[in-house]
Amino acid sequence: MTRKIIDEIGFGRTLTRLAHEILERNKGAGNIAIIGIRTRGEYLAKRIADIIFSIEKKEIKIGLLDITLYRDDLKEIQYQPLLKGTEIDFDLNKKDIILIDDVLFTGRTVRAALDELTDLGRPASIQLAVLIDRGHRELPIRADFVGKNLPTSLDEEVKVLMKEIDPEDSVVLKSLKEGGN
Amino acid sequence: MALQNRHLLGLEGVSKEEIKLILDTATTFREVLERPIKKVPTLQGKTIVNLFFESSTRTRISFELAERRLSADVVNFSADMSSLKKGETLKDTARNIEAMKIDMVVMRHASPGAALFLSRVIDSVIINAGDGGHEHPTQALLDLYSIQEKHKRIDGLKICIVGDISHSRVALSNIYGLKTMGAEVAVCGPATLIPSEIEKHGIGIFNKIDDAIAWADVLNVLRIQLERQDRSYFPSLREYRKYFAVTKERIERAEKQITIMHPGPINRDVELSADVADGKHSIILQQVLNGVAVRMAVLYLLGTRS
Amino acid sequence: MKYLFKNTIIIDPANLIEEPVDVLIVDGRIEKIRQSLSASKNDQEIDLRGNIIAPGFIDMHVHLREPGFEYKETIESGSMAAAAGGFTTVCCMPNTNPVIDDDSMVRWIIEKGKSVNQGIVDIYPIATITKSRQGKELSPMMELADAGAVAFSDDGSSVDNAEVLRRAMEYSAMINKPIIQHAEEPNLAKGGVMNEGFVSTSLGMPPIPSISETVVLARDLLIANYTKGKYHAAHISTRISVELIRDAKKRGTSASCEVTPHHFTLTDEAVRSFDTNTKMNPPLRAYDDLISLKEGLRDGIIDVIATDHAPHSFDEKQVEYLFAPFGIVGLETAIGLAITELVQTGYLSLNQLVEKLSVNPRKILNLPQVTIREGEKANLTILNPELRWIVEIEKFKSRSVNTPFNGRKLIGRAIGIFNNGQLLLND
Repeated sequence: MTRKIIDEIGFGRTLTRLAHEILERNKGAGNIAIIGIRTRGEYLAKRIADIIFSIEKKEIKIGLLDITLYRDDLKEIQYQPLLKGTEIDFDLNKKDIILIDDVLFTGRTVRAALDELTDLGRPASIQLAVLIDRGHRELPIRADFVGKNLPTSLDEEVKVLMKEIDPEDSVVLKSLKEGGN
Repeated sequence: MALQNRHLLGLEGVSKEEIKLILDTATTFREVLERPIKKVPTLQGKTIVNLFFESSTRTRISFELAERRLSADVVNFSADMSSLKKGETLKDTARNIEAMKIDMVVMRHASPGAALFLSRVIDSVIINAGDGGHEHPTQALLDLYSIQEKHKRIDGLKICIVGDISHSRVALSNIYGLKTMGAEVAVCGPATLIPSEIEKHGIGIFNKIDDAIAWADVLNVLRIQLERQDRSYFPSLREYRKYFAVTKERIERAEKQITIMHPGPINRDVELSADVADGKHSIILQQVLNGVAVRMAVLYLLGTRS
Repeated sequence: MKYLFKNTIIIDPANLIEEPVDVLIVDGRIEKIRQSLSASKNDQEIDLRGNIIAPGFIDMHVHLREPGFEYKETIESGSMAAAAGGFTTVCCMPNTNPVIDDDSMVRWIIEKGKSVNQGIVDIYPIATITKSRQGKELSPMMELADAGAVAFSDDGSSVDNAEVLRRAMEYSAMINKPIIQHAEEPNLAKGGVMNEGFVSTSLGMPPIPSISETVVLARDLLIANYTKGKYHAAHISTRISVELIRDAKKRGTSASCEVTPHHFTLTDEAVRSFDTNTKMNPPLRAYDDLISLKEGLRDGIIDVIATDHAPHSFDEKQVEYLFAPFGIVGLETAIGLAITELVQTGYLSLNQLVEKLSVNPRKILNLPQVTIREGEKANLTILNPELRWIVEIEKFKSRSVNTPFNGRKLIGRAIGIFNNGQLLLND
């Protein structure tokens, strides 16, 4: 069973709100850079950078993070993930880094991303922005900016769809339980 | 997409898609090698044994760096062939090491098929770091990577391997890999160092280095093994240099762009003149850097394969 | 003890009987060959419908490894393997430790051969051509022949020095014993582990060129022609070797040769498996060589099928290809391979096969011919030329199992042998 949680209009609104919150907290776009965690974090990072540009008229640096090499579950997963590579062509040092991912769940992806960022440099701060926080944390990690808090059960799956690679912008909740109603 | 085989024993039979996967993965590791901290935690907790029955400082260091930069635990075992022949068999040595709970073995050995043999007698993942005159797949992969990096393609390029083809694992792995990726391949050297019926691989043979230079986009110059002189494959180093060395004059005479590669270590001014080795055509040092990235890619792909 | 073999075909080139007959053997001699013999009370009656009997097969090229290498094979285990493979006689090569280069060693082997397995298999030693197989000084050939040596060979090594070979041929001709040469030019073959060609190039293996065999064979045949000595080329493996032997025979040279089952069955393509049981010397050759060997057998240029049975222990072969010893066992697969590869494919009739495995080797070695006639001593190989079976090394009687043929499907198998008054049937 699939349920739409955020539709296209809500999606845009949520991103705009996140952009505003980020600017407010950091007192403008002066020292921030955005790093998206691949795959969908990449597109979220670009969208938010665009919104910030439309508000502040300022280009923000964007980097992409592939955390595969830092995963703690490489041995357990069935299919070997394809490496897409980390692309950060600016200096992280002393920047306020906004780390963006689509869904915050166990916290393990963020843990891997934090480890990788630490190896890449020494930012002034790292702040976490996510579109959905679905709970069930396994590590002591929380987001600084949350698009929507969505209580879920473990047999549900949250899917973020984005026009760049999907048919539409939306967030859906899928129940993985057979014959659930 | 993952590699078909759980070992990397050679490039014969490895598909184009698999080679592409390794080369694409190596691109990621090239980026890691540019970081301030050139290390990722990917193979944390894995133990890799470098089993070298022939001394090859270069290959061993390249593998060891690749392993350490993936956070694996590394153990080096070196023994020369004569002691192996007298004492314990390879099977016993390998089984003893494996009994200490290891995950992967990188092996250099004098016998063709030694890596395959090892894969039949122990359970660990095996990477062939050279088995006699047979294969040296990671060397060929780093050559492929370096050619692609320089020329943005491999398909359709003309690559000539120069020197002692008969005793070269590098030549054979390169031939297998290059043919798979769609390159045109030729070899050049004295007839005494070109093995029987090699043309059946669909490759050309040159006995004149000027003809090879005129034909090729890339020359992969192999090391002349000075220690093989006792079997009289050619009259003297002087004569070899005169008729087969890749020199600046020869390249300039050809008036063309050409890429010069060498797997190292170079006998300067024997097979390759010093000014070419250090000159603008040479990508020899990029090969060395790419070697670490390609080996990291192979270790990653085999080490995390479920 | 009386044995009555019922309904058997007799394939004996000297006495061909196409109809099934019954053969009565009394005290090791053939008493009667008739249709419809009936057994009396104490006869052991065996129905051999669908089987044939042939004059006992002889393998003139076997390494029994004793003395010195008993962990590979012994005279006892080798004789059991021979019996299981359908051979009533084997000739054993002298590259033992110590080598067989004096008369006491020859006698010792013959005695030992008689004492094992109730002496069912006749064991004839071949002694060395030169002392200690060094290729320098001649062995005491007359003394060795008097003690029972049937031929001379430095097998494993080639007699390299042309003068030594010349003298050996001249000397052995006096006693009408053949010189069996392992033809190999050592410099050309140095370091090699397989046939030189596309496969060796593709595997990066140090090669053994075919000329390492042919240059020595060509020279030897000229020496044989010159000396009028009796020359036998062991295990020839190349197309040119067949041509050289053909030409020498035309010229009237007293030359003969043998081929092994593995050389007419496998090519160097088999080495791609890196199975050390594909490593032998001479090496497995190319396809056109294999075809020439089969044609050479068909055309009578190749006289003999011999196995070059070369046992090595499991651990000795469980090593890197470069370090593995040369050779494979052959006694227990020879008949199956010969029938599958030669008879089933039309290269040889069963009658011709018997010539290659029984008549010709005895002729070359100057041994009395074995025939199946009333009044003759019974020396028989019993085989089923149609039986389909699968090689299983677990069932080998040999102490060693180094064969590339494990699991191979073959047609034709030895059912048993009868020799020296005894019957031995395979399970």
